[in-house]
Amino acid sequence: MNRVLPVLTVLFAILVIWYGAAVILNRAWVLDQAARSGTEVGFGQMLHETMTQERPVLPAPHQVAKGLWDGIVGQKITSKRSLVWHAGVTLSATLAGFALGTAAGLLLAIGIVHNRAMDMSVMPWAIASQTIPILAIAPMVIVVLASLGIKGLLPKALIAAYLSFFPVLVGMVKGLRAPDGMQLDLLRTYSASQGQTLRMLRLPSSVPYLFASLKVGIAAALVGTIVAELPAGATAGLGARLLSGSYYGQTIQIWAALLAAAILAAVLVMLIGAAERATLKRMGFVR
Amino acid sequence: MSWQGWAAILFWALALALNVQIANRYGNARWARVFVPTLFGITLLVLWQGLVRGLAVSPVILPAPSDIAARFVQSLPLLWGDFTQTILKGALSGYVIGCTTAVLTAIAVDRFPFLQRGLLPVGNFVAALPIVGIAPILVMWFGFDWQSKAAVVVVMVFFPVLVNMVAGLAATDALQRDLMRTYSASYRDALLKLRLPAAMPFLFNGLKIATTLALIGAIVAEFFGSPTRGMGFRISTAVGQLDLPLVWAEIAVAALAGSGIFGLMTLAEKAVTFWHPSQRGR
Repeated sequence: MNRVLPVLTVLFAILVIWYGAAVILNRAWVLDQAARSGTEVGFGQMLHETMTQERPVLPAPHQVAKGLWDGIVGQKITSKRSLVWHAGVTLSATLAGFALGTAAGLLLAIGIVHNRAMDMSVMPWAIASQTIPILAIAPMVIVVLASLGIKGLLPKALIAAYLSFFPVLVGMVKGLRAPDGMQLDLLRTYSASQGQTLRMLRLPSSVPYLFASLKVGIAAALVGTIVAELPAGATAGLGARLLSGSYYGQTIQIWAALLAAAILAAVLVMLIGAAERATLKRMGFVR
Repeated sequence: MSWQGWAAILFWALALALNVQIANRYGNARWARVFVPTLFGITLLVLWQGLVRGLAVSPVILPAPSDIAARFVQSLPLLWGDFTQTILKGALSGYVIGCTTAVLTAIAVDRFPFLQRGLLPVGNFVAALPIVGIAPILVMWFGFDWQSKAAVVVVMVFFPVLVNMVAGLAATDALQRDLMRTYSASYRDALLKLRLPAAMPFLFNGLKIATTLALIGAIVAEFFGSPTRGMGFRISTAVGQLDLPLVWAEIAVAALAGSGIFGLMTLAEKAVTFWHPSQRGR
């Protein structure tokens, strides 16, 4: 409970700063309009006008909230203006990519833990590849795959998979090596095979590491999908919504899409967090 | 498949066998730790080259490494211009501003436990959000040139560094703080001599995460509008012209810059936190 009040205070402060910034940033336009029509605007009038513009420099929080509400509830779900529909498109690619990336990361981690040569040759490159801004090539992957005739969900999912792959790989290599020498020795005295050791000792003890990497991985997968939706030609998804908003100067649309993406990310991470708590409790990691 | 493809596959098989032998026999030797991954990297390049040539893959889909290298050498001035625009002006200035602000904010936050308890969950939450999405907004505010890219980078690197630095400032234990108190050290002395040094391993953790984020932010922000130079601009236009060797050359520049800055950070970390257990005993 002693965290709720501070968090609320910080959120309130952000809201106040946001309103203040909206007034300051949107004032120029209001004053400009007033000067053109030759009228004077009082302070109260100006405050009101900075909050109700069609295309403000910075929309006030309640405008964004209204944009978000309209996008979610005000449209039919099948409509192209519905944020739920766009979020659904993004979500499907994110989940497909996340599943692919997690599976690949798991398999490679198991290989690395069991094979010395693979560990020595692959791991340094896996770590080095973290330093490469891989997101920057997302548009290229999309265009090249499109020229091969592969369109729609798969190219986006591939980029999402690539991004969620490394957190899982690195976390799982650590997790599969988490059992200490005594536990491994115990299984050796039982003359357990490598497969049995993997199933009965390594996999169970890697579960906490797995969930920690899954949280990072799903957030990365969502970012990857959104960036993959940016190249021209994409018409569906939150990324495409961001891009069309920036082309037509629809700032409220950009902020609403951004907030929808934030909510989506938060929900996904929270779902994995809930699964983590339930699983760890069941397995006896939390007492 | 023509002979190049088979030759590449043969080379791959031989190199793989050699790697397995070395890993199993001399796995702990220092030279093996460098040799094995290097050979693996070379093998991947040879395989790439051989398969692209052997299967006659169109350069529009995947150019061979030799084509990319040739394009790289041929367009060095162009690549250098893009490098200065995106990395030196956009990413680096944003990185310095963002990290400095985050460290100063963390020190300010640290004085007030109330703020710390409130800001940490919010900061952790924001660090998981798709922040790249604010790029179009910042491009609208700060114009097409590098200033808007630097602004995107500032926002992207701020939260990871802040969260790590706040955690780092809290990393001293009660015994150490008591010792400072018995010396009757002032807040400033304790900060400078105990808590900032103790926070350095955490800070460098955040700084390393931020290097990649900075490059991503600077390049992706250019997709939303940029002057007619810059790596993101070049990648998106070259893709449009199907000039894939140039795209790959830009990617090579980004990879070199990314691992170069990361390497510099690692060296700085070694120099500053030489006392930390993770840096000793190697």
